[in-house]
Amino acid sequence: MRNRQATRLLFELSKPGRRAARVPACDVPTGELGDLLPDAALADEPPPLPELGEPDIIRHFVNLSTLNMSVDTHFYPLGSCTMKYNPKRNERLASLPGLADVHPYQDPTTMQGLLALLFELQEMLAEIGGLDAVSLHPAAGAHGELTALLIAAAYFRDRAEPRTKVLIPDSAHGTNPASAAMAGFKAITVGSTSEGFVDLDDLNSKLGDDVAVLMITNPSTLGLFEPQIETICRRVHEVGGLVYLDGANMNAILGVTRPGDFGADMMHFNPHKTFSTPHGGGGPGAGPIAVRQQLEPYLPVPVLVRRDGRFVLEEDRPKSIGRVRSFFGNTGVLVRAYCYLRTLGPDGLRRVAENAVLNANYLLARVKHFLPVPHGDRCMHEFVASAQRLKQEKGITAMDIAKRLLDYGFHAPTVYFPLVVKEAVMIEPTETESKETLDAFVEALFRITEQSAESLHAAPHAAPINRPDEVRAARRPTLHWQPSDQSGEH
Amino acid sequence: MPYILNTDDDRREMLAAIGAASVDELFDSIPKNLRLDRPLDIPPACSEPELTADMERLAAQNIPAGRTVSFLGAGAYDHFVPAVVDTIASRSEYATSYTPYQPEVSQGNLQVLFEYQTLLTQLTGMDVSNASLYDGGSAVTEAVLMSLAAAPKRRRVVVAASVHPEYRQIMATYLENLDVSIDVLETPEGTVDAAMLAKTVRDDVACVVVQHPNFFGCLEETAALASVAHDAGALFVVSVDPISLGLLRRPGDYGADIVVAEGQSLGNPLSFGGPYLGLMACREAFLRRLPGRIAGQTTDREGRRCWVLTLQTREQHIRREKATSNICTNQGLMALRATVYLAAMGPHGMRELAELCVQKAHYAAAQVTGSPRWQAAFERPFFKEFVVRDRQGKVAAMLDEARESGVFAGVPLGRWYPQLDDCLLIAVTEKRTRGEIDRLAKLLSSSNSKRAMAHA
Ligand SMILES: Cc1ncc(COP(=O)(O)O)c(C=O)c1O
Repeated sequence: MRNRQATRLLFELSKPGRRAARVPACDVPTGELGDLLPDAALADEPPPLPELGEPDIIRHFVNLSTLNMSVDTHFYPLGSCTMKYNPKRNERLASLPGLADVHPYQDPTTMQGLLALLFELQEMLAEIGGLDAVSLHPAAGAHGELTALLIAAAYFRDRAEPRTKVLIPDSAHGTNPASAAMAGFKAITVGSTSEGFVDLDDLNSKLGDDVAVLMITNPSTLGLFEPQIETICRRVHEVGGLVYLDGANMNAILGVTRPGDFGADMMHFNPHKTFSTPHGGGGPGAGPIAVRQQLEPYLPVPVLVRRDGRFVLEEDRPKSIGRVRSFFGNTGVLVRAYCYLRTLGPDGLRRVAENAVLNANYLLARVKHFLPVPHGDRCMHEFVASAQRLKQEKGITAMDIAKRLLDYGFHAPTVYFPLVVKEAVMIEPTETESKETLDAFVEALFRITEQSAESLHAAPHAAPINRPDEVRAARRPTLHWQPSDQSGEH
Repeated sequence: MPYILNTDDDRREMLAAIGAASVDELFDSIPKNLRLDRPLDIPPACSEPELTADMERLAAQNIPAGRTVSFLGAGAYDHFVPAVVDTIASRSEYATSYTPYQPEVSQGNLQVLFEYQTLLTQLTGMDVSNASLYDGGSAVTEAVLMSLAAAPKRRRVVVAASVHPEYRQIMATYLENLDVSIDVLETPEGTVDAAMLAKTVRDDVACVVVQHPNFFGCLEETAALASVAHDAGALFVVSVDPISLGLLRRPGDYGADIVVAEGQSLGNPLSFGGPYLGLMACREAFLRRLPGRIAGQTTDREGRRCWVLTLQTREQHIRREKATSNICTNQGLMALRATVYLAAMGPHGMRELAELCVQKAHYAAAQVTGSPRWQAAFERPFFKEFVVRDRQGKVAAMLDEARESGVFAGVPLGRWYPQLDDCLLIAVTEKRTRGEIDRLAKLLSSSNSKRAMAHA
């Protein structure tokens, strides 16, 4: 059934003389190009782009799309990524011209509706996080981390406290240490206990007046709520440091507990996880941050505030860290998040957390019998199983399980993360999956563990391709098509 | 609850399987004193019709590009978006998929990224491209960070004042805590002076950053500036307008080492500044310093051509604090839009579009400066945007007046350049008609109205 003709590369489909888009006729008196622009600036030829007609383009991209798994077509139990259903009303409403076609430099008086919406979103996020002030600027979670760390640096510079270190538990996502380094800090790893919690002794030994921030993910990437979170935050505060909460896992605690209430001073949200905005094959996301009162002066500009009943974008903020992106934020994503929050309300959000945790625990209860879960019998919104025993006994790896699941029509869980679990299989069902789907998934997973390692190493068998040669891709990088390249003629 | 499928029966069965008495019990690990003992104080739930009505009300309080005549640009442009772009980008299989970490079930996304990267190398004349960054502004800073990493002993960055002021602000914010200094090279004539640049650039400079066409719409003398940078051993970083590459020489042909751009113009709505996408392409030599994801070609076990995310040892999930950047989620769907857009435009569409912008912008400039009130601020060649100076110095009042007549006349420059506080940046895309341009010119020339006096 595959249309191999249409899914050849755009460049192979190209034929001189074809075209899809036409530009309007020129309705102004024209000058000679050579008189308007210097010769040296002009290209001799148009850029060597492919030439295609509209039917070509549609058939190409529509056929290509069918090679993807997606939330709208498949269960996507991708731990840490919160692949929940993406409501269609949000798509429709975000594309209303009154929202989608607003220019970032319009006079604020011509966009009071949009600013009101964004202001209300700021207030909702502050309430959900239990913190005081919000910036909608960051473009993704990692960008929120960086922004918050730059805020921390400015705060300590203001207080003439030269703090150089950021502490990060070993179970943290890679963006945490990468953001710390980018902000000019030294990233220091804090170990975990065998139960998967922060090792308090190790933390204590690393705390001092040179520590600016502890970045903590709670619930952790193991899907566990840190029982000592209050103590941890207190210790950090005792040495004058700040606590950053990586909010990737907010789905588990919406309306149940709030980062500000358990001791965090700053956090980011991932609307593309928690607030249902589509992942888009890798983005766009957004990474709004919330901070405590004393950090508010440092928020990036412009800051959206209400003055005398009007919404304005304030640039003149002497203590601000400055800008972290152009214009204002990933507004289209934020509008979708706003629609989601308005649709669910306080009770709905709490039910999200309850059902996400229920679904995860249900899977955990069923899975642990054949795929051990090293860190306990209960979890929050996700859990991390380990294929270590299967690997030792039968030679079946986490990767094998991931690849074979694709044959059964399930997206793979996150594998080999967090790094603290060997042969990690990280499963997050989210609240939008049904018991029937979860049961079918457990069944598939169980069957896989019964299969021979040999056949599993060859999986997937039913996907559009089988396992690609990643080593070759990295060793001899081919990163764009070239005219001489004939390798595609299958 | 519209998006939850569990029924009460389901919940009972699931709790039984778990061995828990209640859903509450599943939250036992959260200390009691940390629980929120009240509902969140956010607006109550609402139905789709209610939400729709509310959103329509909020949307109606804004004036979008389609309900006015907009000459606003300055990094975000009202170009036409072909229907094919929306049709493809709204497909569930693209919109609701994750980053293609499982290549066997992501060949659609991966091939699109490979095509995107190819289109960018074709457009820029560079060797390699990544799979997108957040936006044009942060992309400039990522290019600077790459340059600094490539030459650890060089701790200065020279950036032209004609680079978008917000891009420069981002750079300053990111570099604040690193041991690096930024020299801003003034551009009083609207473009960088190569001789002045040569005096500033020494062997401690990691890179020279210019924009072309620059923030004022003017063309920089890129080849000369590239030589100055290279003579001092510095890299040449250029931020471009991708639409201009239908007509202008490609950065790879005038010596750019790293090219970045705001990709919004390639098929993305204005959307109040985002989501957009940052384009980044560079010379092969810097491949291993590129931030973000990269798709690469390989074969599967049956020898079939396919694509994967590659060179991942640059990235945060492998290299952590030693990664080339912290970026994880990027702007994948916007990169898809750019890919479809470029496929739809093709070489001739891009050329004609760029020419149309040039012609219309030049017509507009001639019309506006035909009035004694306005003069061109810079005597430099320009692409689709230009700066005019109000001899009466009443830009704010004029903008208010024009707005009331249904025209967004341009972006005032005083907030970024105090010496240009009587200046206006006017952008003209292919969507502006002769009638609209004439209307703008007429509005701008009507000097000394009562309102203008009142504001003075
Ligand atoms: C735990 C955790 N932290 C941070 C991030 C980074 O967020 P983003 O991808 O939005 O930059 C992620 C997302 O993958 C995550 O799972």
